[in-house]
Amino acid sequence: MSIKFENVSYVYNPGSPLESLGLDDVNFTLREGDFIALIGHTGSGKSTLMQHFNALLKPSNGKISIAGYEITPETGNKGLKELRRKVSLVFQFPEAQLFENTVLSDVEFGPKNFGFSAEEAERVARKWLKQVGLPEDVAEKSPFDLSGGQMRRVAIAGVMAYEPDIICLDEPAAGLDPKGRIEMMRLFKDYQRQGHTVILVTHNMDDVADYADDVLVMEHGKLIAHDAPQAVFKDRDWLKHHHLDEPHPSRFAAKLAASGCKLAGNPLTMTELADAIAQRVKEAAE
Amino acid sequence: MSKIIIGRYLPGTSFMYKVDPRAKMLVTFYFILMIFLANNWQSYLVITVFGLMTVVATGLKPKVFWDGVKPMIWLIIFTSLLQTFFMAGGKIYWHWWVFAISSEGLINGLYVFIRFTLIIVVSTVMTVTTKPLEIADAMEWIMTPLKLFKVNVGMISLVISIALRFVPTLFDQTMKIMNAQRSRGADFNDGNLVQRAKSVVPMLVPLFIDSLEVALDLSTAMESRGYKGSEGRSRYRVLKWSKADLVPLAYCVILTALMVIVRIH
Repeated sequence: MSIKFENVSYVYNPGSPLESLGLDDVNFTLREGDFIALIGHTGSGKSTLMQHFNALLKPSNGKISIAGYEITPETGNKGLKELRRKVSLVFQFPEAQLFENTVLSDVEFGPKNFGFSAEEAERVARKWLKQVGLPEDVAEKSPFDLSGGQMRRVAIAGVMAYEPDIICLDEPAAGLDPKGRIEMMRLFKDYQRQGHTVILVTHNMDDVADYADDVLVMEHGKLIAHDAPQAVFKDRDWLKHHHLDEPHPSRFAAKLAASGCKLAGNPLTMTELADAIAQRVKEAAE
Repeated sequence: MSKIIIGRYLPGTSFMYKVDPRAKMLVTFYFILMIFLANNWQSYLVITVFGLMTVVATGLKPKVFWDGVKPMIWLIIFTSLLQTFFMAGGKIYWHWWVFAISSEGLINGLYVFIRFTLIIVVSTVMTVTTKPLEIADAMEWIMTPLKLFKVNVGMISLVISIALRFVPTLFDQTMKIMNAQRSRGADFNDGNLVQRAKSVVPMLVPLFIDSLEVALDLSTAMESRGYKGSEGRSRYRVLKWSKADLVPLAYCVILTALMVIVRIH
């Protein structure tokens, strides 16, 4: 099965003087089970695109096929809950969605809405609180007594607790410390390895290089590239032209090359960079 | 920036947008006063033509103004009908118990209808062409004489400006929280009244917490930049009278002159 967007356009405030195009004839097909990165500038249409995945927004034109559902401009609001059980979104700064008296009941909110029994909801809630790396005793605390980073983890646990097939996360690691960031990203990578689809909206190109199998690049509501990270980050001039950053390892390699030390290939991740340097050193020694 | 419409302001570039908000506000009040001066068909004709002139000067589609009148239309019709049925005078066409349809009743019903509609239309002209913050500034200027009575006008206008400034922010935040909870399977539109009331909690609690945080942040930010009350502060947006503001002045003078002439006549 795949996620398919066909000629999808979205118009904000149609018919008013404030009318503007959010998405402009977007076409792509994603493999389920992939780790997909969605990149682009603020205002490029990433958030608009993201909200189409679970029909929070419905296309003004075109057709979306996702998780066995078809979303068209005519799609009504019936049956969307089942879709949202399968395709879930984590918005930026998701700690803003916490509202319950205890951490546990907040994480149970999603599962209960999707028809989990009380025992089942508690079981998955406790499981995912542990998975996101929170100590057991936070479950009974008020979410508002936690630190910002812990609140973020609670909010993410609240979405992952019902284990959606497809999860789309908007900058889930923004504002976390480096250690927290790596833990978060590993959690999502593991989730994808267990057979789920992960879509990551991000500005961090290192994360794209480290974790993504497939990259979507948006600009002005249009999809301007859709390829594997190696291909997207290959053309330095193209990236510059679209004001996109390169991953740090590849920038480092470019600087090395500029000072006369050219490495083989285009290393995107730290491991690749280390290997390339090691190889270069070995060659130089020979 | 947020794309939502704050209040009813619609962006545009026509003449109405160049007029000083203070002038627009004063003319609107003055026009409403003049409406009540009208007492014969000539004066109603004059006031209607002048009202339509302001509509034309906005350069907006008539639908904008119809949308302004629409929510009030039943009240307008009801009031006009009251006038029509309860006012007897001139030629009587039909009557039953206390109700009657007479020539004067019909004319008065029509007058009430015109009055009501004009008031709404000219207020709409002001609200769709003036940004809410400009309205707040204009109100502060108009309230200035109240300083004589020890009213803290600056503080009142600061409260209004801050409130207006945060309407779109809170609106965005509400949409975001609703979307986040919908993604977690919350349903805001289904179920009976009790279920619906309950479904508001996951939206309201985060919204309250967010607004309090925003308010605290804002007050800290203001204090750290040395804010100590609005006394003696200069302004970022300075309202300036321009030549375009002579037009509303001329408009008022001509309107008054015509109204006085047709009334005496």
